[in-house]
Amino acid sequence: MKEEASLLAQVREKLQGLKGPQFWKSLDELADNEEFRTYLKEEYPYGAAEFDKPVDRRDFLKLMGASLLLSGLAGCKPQPLEKIVPYVKAVEDIVPGKPLFYATSYLFNGSAIGLLVESHLGRPTKVEGNPEHPESLGATNLFAQASVLSLYDPDRSKAVLNAGRVSTWSRFVTQLAEDLESQKAAQGTGVRVLSGPLTSPTLLAQAKEFLALYPKAKWVEYDPVFRDYERAGSELAFGEVVDPVYSFDKADIVVSLDADFLFSLPGSICYAKQFISRRSLPGDGMNRLYALESTPTLTGAAADHVMRSSASDVLRFAAALAGKTGVTIPSDNTPLTPKETEWLNAVAKDLNANRGKCLVVAGRDQTPAVHALAHAMNKALGNAGTTVKYISPVEERASRHIQALKELSAELASGKVELLITLDVNPVYNAPADLEFEKHYLKAPRRVHYGLFVDETALMAHWHVPGTHYLEHFSDARAFDGTASMVQPLIKPLYAGKSPHEFASALLGKKDESGEDIVINYWKKIWGESDFTTKWRRALHAGFVQGTVSAPKNVSAKSGFNPQEIAYPAAAQGLELIIRPDPSVWDGSFANNSWLQELPKFLTTLTWDNAAIISPKLAEKEGLKQDDVVELKAGAGVVEASIYVLPGQPDESVTVHLGYGRTAGGELAKDRGFNAYRLRTSKEPSFLSGLRLRKTGKTNRLASTQNHHSMENRDLIRKGTLEEYSKDPEFAVVEHHTPYKGDPSMYPQYPYEGYAWGMVINLNACIGCNACVVACQSENNVPTVGKKEVLNSREMHWIRIDRYFSGDLDNPEKDHQPVLCMHCEKAPCEPVCPVGATTHSDEGLNEMTYNRCVGTKYCSNNCPYKVRRFNFFEYADKNVETLKMQRNPDVTVRARGVMEKCTFCVQRINSARIEAKKADRRIKDGDVVTACQSACPTQAIVFGDINDPESAVAKLKKLPLNYGLLTELNTVPRVSYLAKVKNPNPELVPNTGVPSHGH
Amino acid sequence: MPQIFHRSANTIAKVSIFGTVFFLAGLGWYGATIVRSPWTTRVGHALDQPVPFSHQHHVEGLGIDCRYCHTSVEDSSFAGIPPTQTCMNCHSVMWNKAPMLEPVRESFRTEEPIQWVRVHDLPDFVYFDHSIHVAKGVACITCHGPVNEMPLTWRQNTLRMEWCLQCHKAPEKQIGPKDKVFDVHWKKPANFEETHKEVISEAKLGKITNCSICHR
Repeated sequence: MKEEASLLAQVREKLQGLKGPQFWKSLDELADNEEFRTYLKEEYPYGAAEFDKPVDRRDFLKLMGASLLLSGLAGCKPQPLEKIVPYVKAVEDIVPGKPLFYATSYLFNGSAIGLLVESHLGRPTKVEGNPEHPESLGATNLFAQASVLSLYDPDRSKAVLNAGRVSTWSRFVTQLAEDLESQKAAQGTGVRVLSGPLTSPTLLAQAKEFLALYPKAKWVEYDPVFRDYERAGSELAFGEVVDPVYSFDKADIVVSLDADFLFSLPGSICYAKQFISRRSLPGDGMNRLYALESTPTLTGAAADHVMRSSASDVLRFAAALAGKTGVTIPSDNTPLTPKETEWLNAVAKDLNANRGKCLVVAGRDQTPAVHALAHAMNKALGNAGTTVKYISPVEERASRHIQALKELSAELASGKVELLITLDVNPVYNAPADLEFEKHYLKAPRRVHYGLFVDETALMAHWHVPGTHYLEHFSDARAFDGTASMVQPLIKPLYAGKSPHEFASALLGKKDESGEDIVINYWKKIWGESDFTTKWRRALHAGFVQGTVSAPKNVSAKSGFNPQEIAYPAAAQGLELIIRPDPSVWDGSFANNSWLQELPKFLTTLTWDNAAIISPKLAEKEGLKQDDVVELKAGAGVVEASIYVLPGQPDESVTVHLGYGRTAGGELAKDRGFNAYRLRTSKEPSFLSGLRLRKTGKTNRLASTQNHHSMENRDLIRKGTLEEYSKDPEFAVVEHHTPYKGDPSMYPQYPYEGYAWGMVINLNACIGCNACVVACQSENNVPTVGKKEVLNSREMHWIRIDRYFSGDLDNPEKDHQPVLCMHCEKAPCEPVCPVGATTHSDEGLNEMTYNRCVGTKYCSNNCPYKVRRFNFFEYADKNVETLKMQRNPDVTVRARGVMEKCTFCVQRINSARIEAKKADRRIKDGDVVTACQSACPTQAIVFGDINDPESAVAKLKKLPLNYGLLTELNTVPRVSYLAKVKNPNPELVPNTGVPSHGH
Repeated sequence: MPQIFHRSANTIAKVSIFGTVFFLAGLGWYGATIVRSPWTTRVGHALDQPVPFSHQHHVEGLGIDCRYCHTSVEDSSFAGIPPTQTCMNCHSVMWNKAPMLEPVRESFRTEEPIQWVRVHDLPDFVYFDHSIHVAKGVACITCHGPVNEMPLTWRQNTLRMEWCLQCHKAPEKQIGPKDKVFDVHWKKPANFEETHKEVISEAKLGKITNCSICHR
């Protein structure tokens, strides 16, 4: 690669000379230099196969003759005999061939997402959302979708370990009883239990019981992705800890103070749906989002206006904004620049004009003062009660995780702790580095670890007890709004695991209580004995307990703040380091999940690695380019990281993501990326200044998919502002892209008389959250390929999310576009297949018949959208038994040498058609829901029968915003998009400021 | 000019060229026939089962309906093989000491399922759905043959794709009335499609020759 400095210079020059908006996926694409063009050519090479030693004619004929002779022989043998094995006693409800759905919940980051999990013959295979659950509303996020793979992870812990040797549960219980017995006299003063957030009512009750038995013991909660600042902020503002619950659908103006509410807050699935419901069909009621960001996030990508700021400066902005919206604040010594003030003035004006219908949200990683200011602003603007309500914390104890861990670490260091039990946490890996937890952990004379994997903490523990996955046990949890959600198993524990409740019950000295009984006993206490069975079954059936939404609390916010409450930071010194949970492996707990490792992270599209993300300006300044390895020093920690240049990153900040650099926890988790926890301190766990960055001169290739499968920037995103749309609703219809009037073909049109399947993807609704990508992978047995093959552009995702930048290089707009097989009516891939493996059905589906495919790859060559995926190697894992259990039996598992692509979930279409035919009716709109459609929180993907005028998809296709990709090629795609309409404030200059589409 | 080649070269050339062509064609024909022969397709082969189950006795002799054992044929893609419990419903009382039925009793006792050898087996890339066939009026015996005359179970038809397509291209020739689907004695009259047009139209047969109907 050329020096990045000159690349950026090229890029800036190019942007200067632009007349219309240009959309680009990467800086290389924008520069469009010789190297990039060569790269594009080589991805789909023309005449690429050149042998070093060409085979001579005689050998060639011998080979071909032999293969011709041998190829026929495979058909001659009789098919090998197979066994067919029925039950001994048939299981009630299970009909082989028909899946069953069970309601359960997935506890993620302290709150429960309600799910309906599909089970084939007793094996859970696919996760769907629970339409009635408040945190799911029918959708899921990528973590919930990928969680089913973790159940079958071959690296999961399978047995009780005692100092690394296999032992048994009963031996462990005996030893534990002895240890606890010796602690009883001292009332448990040396006993500490460290667990994740206690949102499970049953586990909380067990913890309380434990603390009643051992009054001097402590039960500490820790989650590396914490809510400490939120809690401190609400205490500052209200004098008590409350959880805010937002209603974005009621807000006309939303201001995000470094808050990624579309993705990383508890309840984000619901928030995304609410927020997008106000802008998915542009028009009068469209909302407006202002985002103040310290690092690009999905919320910023969806925003109408983005202001970049260093994380420490967000307080300054928040205070200034508060001052303009009716909150008394102390004066700031370093006021904002004129440009920033202008921006804030516009925001304040909008907020003040929409009292009671606006919302200010503070980010989880921002200091308590920012949270307090946000609460004060919401109160002053009259939002409390409409767009935001406050409930008692969902985590009843609402502890400060970092502080609690710090105290525990100090106690370990001083030798106070005699028995330390870790329950579903991994502090040796994810504690802030300054606590030196690894060192102090060894000081406890007895260490017990409970978890799904033998992770870094388990390796140092005396006893390790294997845990059960949430699909294997009974439990309960609370959703973000307080709803008590039930967790029920879909399969018996695969290994010798115990549920968290069974483990906790051992701590209480109870012998062998089953997890189910423990949870039942808890709810018996709550509901009483009468009619219990009905209530229990009803709760399990629904997946949650009706009527347990937390009641809103009345809280009074401050009207003003004292100077000591708002401590303005000193002018930032040097570079700022921003530490965030990773968009796909989160805090590291998913590091062994191959689907999540291979998922292109949103905005960076990185796979299998984390990086130090810097802005183009900083790259120019330091003379860095992508893939360079730098050394990052912060506090006492030093790491080496690869550089990723992300337009939109603030100029003096470096963002790193947690979750990598692990040394245990599975084959895929180990030795990948760098460990950002080394840079984290307990004092500044989210962001710090004074980062030292040093070039090392090494390089490490990052596998980013942003340039893969490029459609070469031919007017793919059509965008406009609300003003333009109101003046000209047809702005997205571009004449010269449909040059032919009517059908230019000589052949008669095919009459699609029955069903005609089609899809509309609403670009106004897509936030780029990646849930659809993982859902498709889970439903269709899509394999993962590993970093090496991703570098070769061979990732197998049937649906990909293309991310485009446009506008100013330093603060561009970002647009997401999911691209899948377009099922073109005149598909270029169909006529070129020499064996007829890809055909067109009479319902408009472009079919793929794997058993006919010989692997010519002509079809993928001909596809202009580059949506076909070839199995270059045997990517599907045919050896690991547990992974076979996850596979969907309705979809073929493809072998080496076969092409595959999105099928519009043909298995679901066929099944719906069969049911409809048996019932002698037509397929109704909503009977067929593709995997991507059902996972999407914002319902950006709409699928259905376009021949049915009442179907949602037919109505959307009639909108003037509807357009297809590359229609000038006359492919007549059945998948079309709704052009994006943003709602910028006319008083502020938007990022692009130019109308319509780009060329 | 002296001849380079002996006269016999003419004959050898003709024989070898025509011979090769005919030989290869013969080989091809032979191969194509082998592939369709019962040796490959196992048509008529009564496969060895753990218990020599006689459909003739149970269906013809006792009059048991197909659905008593193959319970999910109207609901699911898979017709269902009866669990050992179904056998034991009768055989815990009748023939309950017969040595021939010992594997059944053992299976019930030890809770180990009986491993039958699959007679009607399609390749894994074919997704066949029983319930829709039954719902449209395709009788059991149409594909499975006269099961009530089989003392041991064998495949009556090749189940090759060309055989499936015969019907899929013209399903009106194979379907019958819906109430006769499970009737093993019903014989379809010669020109059923003409005389029973209303049965055909009620079946609402659609286009079923798309690849994705069976291959996904």
